[in-house]
Amino acid sequence: MKLSGWGRYPVVETTLREFGGPAAAAQILSQNDEMIARGNGRSYGDAALSDALVASALPCDRLLAFDRANGVIACEAGVTLADLINFLAGSGWFPAVVPGTKFVTIGGMIAADVHGKNHHVAGSFGHFVDEIELMLADGAVLRCSREAHADLFTATLGGMGLTGIILSARFRLARVESEWIRQETLVMPDLDALMDGFEAARASTYAVAWIDSFATGDALGRGLLYLGEHAGQDNLPPRLAGRRPAKSRRRRVPFDFPSWWLNRLSMRAFNAAIYANGRRKAGTAFVALDKFFFPLDSILEWNRIYGRRGFCQYQCVLPLSASRDGMRRLLARIAASNASSFLSVLKLLGPGRGMLSFPMAGYTLALDFPRSDRTLALMDELDAITADCGGRVYLAKDARLSAAHLAAGYPELDAFRAARAAAGAAGKFHSRLSRRLEI
Amino acid sequence: MSASPSLLILGATSGMARAVARRYAAAGYSLILAGRDVAEMERDAADLALRGAPMVACHTFDALDLASHAAFLAGLGETPDMALCAVGFMADQAACDADPALADRVARSNFNGPAHILSLIGSAMAARGAGMIVGISSVAGDRGRKSNYSYGAAKAGFTAFLSGLRGRFAAQGVHVMTVKPGFVRTRMTAGMDLPAALTADPAEVAEAIFVAARKGRNVIYVKPVWRLIMAIIRAIPEPVFKKLSI
Repeated sequence: MKLSGWGRYPVVETTLREFGGPAAAAQILSQNDEMIARGNGRSYGDAALSDALVASALPCDRLLAFDRANGVIACEAGVTLADLINFLAGSGWFPAVVPGTKFVTIGGMIAADVHGKNHHVAGSFGHFVDEIELMLADGAVLRCSREAHADLFTATLGGMGLTGIILSARFRLARVESEWIRQETLVMPDLDALMDGFEAARASTYAVAWIDSFATGDALGRGLLYLGEHAGQDNLPPRLAGRRPAKSRRRRVPFDFPSWWLNRLSMRAFNAAIYANGRRKAGTAFVALDKFFFPLDSILEWNRIYGRRGFCQYQCVLPLSASRDGMRRLLARIAASNASSFLSVLKLLGPGRGMLSFPMAGYTLALDFPRSDRTLALMDELDAITADCGGRVYLAKDARLSAAHLAAGYPELDAFRAARAAAGAAGKFHSRLSRRLEI
Repeated sequence: MSASPSLLILGATSGMARAVARRYAAAGYSLILAGRDVAEMERDAADLALRGAPMVACHTFDALDLASHAAFLAGLGETPDMALCAVGFMADQAACDADPALADRVARSNFNGPAHILSLIGSAMAARGAGMIVGISSVAGDRGRKSNYSYGAAKAGFTAFLSGLRGRFAAQGVHVMTVKPGFVRTRMTAGMDLPAALTADPAEVAEAIFVAARKGRNVIYVKPVWRLIMAIIRAIPEPVFKKLSI
């Protein structure tokens, strides 16, 4: 069957099988020379694609144990974040780290060592994982933690599924008093103001910015900085106290949009409208958890707005010392190009965790480009700037990075390769991404 | 009488059955899981208890072994308030044509077995004067198509059987509901390219069953568009239909 990631590029013809537990996973392993596990297919590029075999963990979706007093949960790898959040509703607990969509699996969150809007204070999801149940190439199951098989544990966090099949995990949750976020929106007229804003907000639990990638000159890097705190029951306005957010309505993109509709003009207008709207609505508001963390989830299959050609998300991080200058170079290059990013996000990150984990202390920029030869060429240029600044590209988003740029950006790559070889995973677990990047 | 209502699920390890179990667990039902793979069901039992089921029991059940059905039912103790049959087996038509034993298994898994056990359960419920039976049949049973008529014929038989059962028990307080899911993303269909607009997630099927059972519906198509599609397919005259490659 045809299979792709969330960006719908590349598309591969492959075989998909599912496993609902260790026995089925071991059987798939014994019958195939090469494979990669897949969660809900929310990585953008080719991380969960293989020409040989893709093994879906979606039926492996059971909750195993929940310690209500201490906020520790164990579940299988195919449990989706949406399912988990739904289960936790009203319990006073919430996942300590969530990415920008809740349609990911716990296994996928570990494999990509995802970060959230609180990375600068909390770290990545991997910081909260205490144990991973990992099936090795020979079908043996290991319980990896910081104490047992520590190397394999650290390699598996952010390891893109290349160390084995993640079967289940145990991780810590965060306490929340309500299902509301107190959100502050700040209008930032240029990049310096935006970065000053991030640095002034280091104590904020959540901080993320939208950037108008069409702005040039003095307005280069203008954007909206969103800060958030979990609202306690005593600081909620009376009309919200004790209440739970209404279930948000979901819309679905019903068809593939034609490729002409996303052009420079429509994207520029869209970005200008967001900025104008932000200026109007700047200030403090109480928003539902869902709306704050997963704004795009309310539009199901939004990837279809890019049409059949698909899109590439480019996400890089630059070390803090190189960030101001580097981000300016990246944004100037994008603004000067004929290829523009529909939706662009800036965020301050803290240090990373796993050997191949993406985060490092510095700024990360995420851009969505409709796929075309022009945007692919532009992304090669952005790679050069990123590498020049000592930064790296996020593998969960990637479909086109070169092996050389991977090696330059990930200093622990050799340690990862060693851990992967020691676990006997090197021959067995391969994705299109690991082949392309020669991992 | 027990405090929470109980639901017996036959063929409990199927993707649809598992989703139904979760939906009813969240609604506070005690669950009795029945199927061949007890180890697999026990993995689900812990999950279902966490999700709100006050009690979860697992029982071995082989739909094909008709002689064992009465003992299986006696082994449950109390007759459950509700029973759902998700037993089913699909095989490639060409394989069925080549192997009569396989075709036979398709017929027994989708018709003989489910019909036999539901008849027994219905009688037990009727004796008590209350109960609800849900049978998962298929749109494939609405008309025999050359691409899967072995499976379709068995499901057609099951649909007819459920219809008869509904009539038989109507006056005795036992309601029978027929479910025709259409395409569903499950292990049975993993790896197939299915049209997204016509394909339901198991959770969607479970929600549709939960809502329809509450309303006491007789026959449901999970995605309403399927009722229209099948009405059209049934309306095509046979001289034309036999030439179509559907």
